[in-house]
Amino acid sequence: MTETVRYMERTRDYYRALGYPSDYVWAHFDDVTFARLDKPLSQARIGLVTTASPPDLGNRDASGQRRVWSEAISAAPAKLFTDNLAWDKESTHTDDRASFLPVEALQERMAEGMVGGLAERFHGVPTEYSQRKTMEIDAPQVLERLRADGADAALLSPL
Amino acid sequence: MSLVARHLEANGMPTVIVGSARDIVEYCGVPRFLFTDFPLGNPCGPPGRRDLQRVIAGQALDLLGSARAPRTIKRSEVVWPSDDDWRPRYGRVKPEEIERLRKLGEERRERQAQSKKPG
Repeated sequence: MTETVRYMERTRDYYRALGYPSDYVWAHFDDVTFARLDKPLSQARIGLVTTASPPDLGNRDASGQRRVWSEAISAAPAKLFTDNLAWDKESTHTDDRASFLPVEALQERMAEGMVGGLAERFHGVPTEYSQRKTMEIDAPQVLERLRADGADAALLSPL
Repeated sequence: MSLVARHLEANGMPTVIVGSARDIVEYCGVPRFLFTDFPLGNPCGPPGRRDLQRVIAGQALDLLGSARAPRTIKRSEVVWPSDDDWRPRYGRVKPEEIERLRKLGEERRERQAQSKKPG
């Protein structure tokens, strides 16, 4: 089997080449909490979360700070803004939104009865250098919005 | 996104991450992870391939319902549908680019310093 890409190593090498004196410190935890799905999958409502931004960049405030944003899945745009994210721009493209936010594929699975339903909205969470902002500001907002949508579980698909 | 998953789980909401940067997600530690070995950007399936996207969505849902312990990782058997080997390319620093990258870094730091100046 082909060896998987070591992204941490490549990222370190790239930023060292740019001349940054210290390496990025990725989040690392010894403990991982685990919540069980408390109902059959066929009765569960799934919420979707992406790292992409809205096409109009409407999740930026006046200072340029990026915020958690939400949109109805029935109004999910054909494309989302992804240029600011570190994806493989030499090898692929993100013109097919379903390749990173699988609304249609999950709707098919719902129609087959594999899953109970989809939450009415999907949510976008910014990819931030600051892990503290993600943990203390963005993640609680995502949780609040998923609960407001009646989601029983979430599928998260970072680019 | 791993940090978001951890927060949701700690508050009782089960999650599954579908992603392609396996080392980063594993290093963080998350409850459920479906690894799709694709170029970064299309974790849920190759663009335009609804058939493969459907398979991957099914695998993610399966994992959501079947995992019994944290750090449950499944590798999707869906293969990137191209002979082009993208793996060596992404983010690789080529020797001939070292000088250009060094200058790029200098320019970036200069811009950041300017933007922090008052007024």
